[in-house]
Amino acid sequence: MPLVELRNVSKIYHLGGEEIRALDDVSLDIDSGEFISIIGPSGSGKSTLMHILGCLDSPTHGTIQLDGTMIHNASARELAGIRNRKIGFVFQFFNLLPRLNVMQNVELPMIYSGVSSRERREHAMASLKMVGLENRSKHRPMQLSGGQQQRVAIARALVNSPRIVFADEPTGNLDSRTGEAILELFRQLSTEGRTIALVTHDPEIAAVTPRRIEIRDGKIAQKVDPKLAGLDRQPTEHAMQNGEPSS
Amino acid sequence: MNLINAILVGFKEIWTHKFRSLLTMLGIILGVSSLVAMSALVKGMENGMKDALVAIGGLEKVRVEEQDIPAAQRHLADQAAGLTINDVYAIHRSAPLIKIATPEMRLGRFVTVTHAGKTPDWANVIGTWPQALEMNQHVVEHGRMFTEIDDELARNVCVIGTGIRDQLFGPPEKTGQENVVGEEIQINGQPFRIVGQFTRYESEMDRKLRELEKDQPKETGGVQRRRGWGSGRGNNSWVYNMKNNSIYMPLNTMWIKFKSAGTGTNTVPDPRLNGLSIKVADIDKLEPALQQVRNVMMHTHHGIEDFSFQTQENWSEGITQAIRNQRMSGGFISAISLLVGGIGIMNIMLASITERIREIGIRKAIGATYADVFIQILVESVVIALVGGVAGLFASFGTVRLLMIMSPTENTPVITFSAMILAFIFSALVGVLAGLIPAFKAAKLDPIQALRYE
Ligand SMILES: Nc1ncnc2c1ncn2[C@@H]1O[C@H](COP(=O)(O)OP(=O)(O)OP(=O)(O)O)[C@@H](O)[C@H]1O
Ligand SMILES: [Mg+2]
Repeated sequence: MPLVELRNVSKIYHLGGEEIRALDDVSLDIDSGEFISIIGPSGSGKSTLMHILGCLDSPTHGTIQLDGTMIHNASARELAGIRNRKIGFVFQFFNLLPRLNVMQNVELPMIYSGVSSRERREHAMASLKMVGLENRSKHRPMQLSGGQQQRVAIARALVNSPRIVFADEPTGNLDSRTGEAILELFRQLSTEGRTIALVTHDPEIAAVTPRRIEIRDGKIAQKVDPKLAGLDRQPTEHAMQNGEPSS
Repeated sequence: MNLINAILVGFKEIWTHKFRSLLTMLGIILGVSSLVAMSALVKGMENGMKDALVAIGGLEKVRVEEQDIPAAQRHLADQAAGLTINDVYAIHRSAPLIKIATPEMRLGRFVTVTHAGKTPDWANVIGTWPQALEMNQHVVEHGRMFTEIDDELARNVCVIGTGIRDQLFGPPEKTGQENVVGEEIQINGQPFRIVGQFTRYESEMDRKLRELEKDQPKETGGVQRRRGWGSGRGNNSWVYNMKNNSIYMPLNTMWIKFKSAGTGTNTVPDPRLNGLSIKVADIDKLEPALQQVRNVMMHTHHGIEDFSFQTQENWSEGITQAIRNQRMSGGFISAISLLVGGIGIMNIMLASITERIREIGIRKAIGATYADVFIQILVESVVIALVGGVAGLFASFGTVRLLMIMSPTENTPVITFSAMILAFIFSALVGVLAGLIPAFKAAKLDPIQALRYE
């Protein structure tokens, strides 16, 4: 059974009298250990898809199975628990709490899962080691560079050993060198067996992942357009896989 | 998220906004300190009233006084004997609900008491029985009470209060003579030997003041003057003044030596009493006891109701009412302060969650439930209120002192533990109530919207 199983998922917003199909009949599987990118132009529904996959939002129609749980009709309380234990988020704007230091920021998810303070410290330290920031644990987010802040956010996303990590434009707020380093970190985490989904509008970034899912107007595009900038110029070994679910 | 974490976050939040939190707490501090201070004042009043009530003989003591004959019985006026010693005997015999009854005969306004040329402003000269000691809650400090033999033989002996001593002999601080038993004084020209001296009666506060003055003698001598005994300070002092300015002598002495009509030689002295005091055995049976006495006296007075009862109930009810009013107004002021404090907290909590919408979104995204956020905000509000409450408890000691300086009363305010507990509970309650709406608003935030919030 795939880790994530989306079937005929739609998300419909009503603005005034108008109906906006942010997601339109999307079906998609993600296997455990996959490293995928969700790519598409602005407004295509990437973030909406990620929010629904990440249990931050519920679909209007369709069913979703995540790690053996049907989440499309779960209660807010259950969703919070799933977000806490099975999902890690990395955001474009880092979203660290400015008044907590690095260590406390990384510990935060474990506070909501009731981990003892000693264990929290250990896990947070291990997580910070993974992103190479173990000697910055007492710093405030404001005292770190953007790239470092994003690493702290990644450490926080990993600290509860989630089944899947979602990253929404994780390099969108970084210069290209720093962005590449963050992508390299994700790639490395992927080789360690973690399931990671990158959301991006940038084909160059999408090119890093073995599998790409392209979204247009809320629908999954059948084929990746070969003319999309960058894909044909910088092919990777996975570049020619298309975005269709494997089963 | 467990409670300890929430509390820690609450304290951190206060610490981050020290000045803002202090301003917010001010209302609670005022409310709690006024609540505690007001209840301390009321407690002091209560204590003072209880002491005064005991000093006057307690609620059990009832005075029977002469009264105008009712209009319907006016024609019988010449048969009315007034209050006499026979009434006291009859009550002793036939009213078992009465523990003791004592007669009282007074020298009116025209009494002159002198010693070595000194005369007191006022003396409460009473002829009575030795049992008056118990009746009026007197304590003999030096010498003895006069006895039944003194009464039998109508001896010229008396027991005086310290007020009389101070006025006739000078206060002991000046003369060094505390005990004047054995001295002789003149009452309306007749020599009387002092056989006993009562202890000094005073309120708690007066005693403290006196002890303070003893330790720090006034340096400026100033003009010698007496304070007067009236209602100079506070409302219970007259009880103590009256007792201190008493001169007690045997009833028969009073009757034979002072009540003889001055003209003829063989006229019988006027047997009328100025009043009598009765003490009921059981305060719960006050009503039937008075009925009993009335029946007995209606008999001795041949059906003429020329007497009336005067209990301490009115007086004590008056004071109870005053205390109740004080408590009401104090409670009202405290309630308003606490309300204002609560509104302040709610206001600041609403501002705080608006500032932290993004933070709340982040917390929700990484797994905070509705309850987690709700409790966090509520706990913050309660922590502010409780820190304010504790500060208010400390401030209340200062407030009490300030109140005493601004308006000294004869009753020492007493800060009670229960008032402090009550104030603490109230501040917690205010914290909870003030936090509910902000907590609700924060908890129901949609995580996606909150994350987008700039
Ligand atoms: N709360 C909402 N109410 C109404 N419409 C919404 C809402 N959220 C998203 N949409 C609409 O849904 C569509 C998809 O939005 P979404 O944020 O998923 O796009 P995106 O692919 O992430 O774009 P970007 O790359 O700019 O972040 C857009 O047309 C957007 O206007
Ligand atoms: Mg987006």
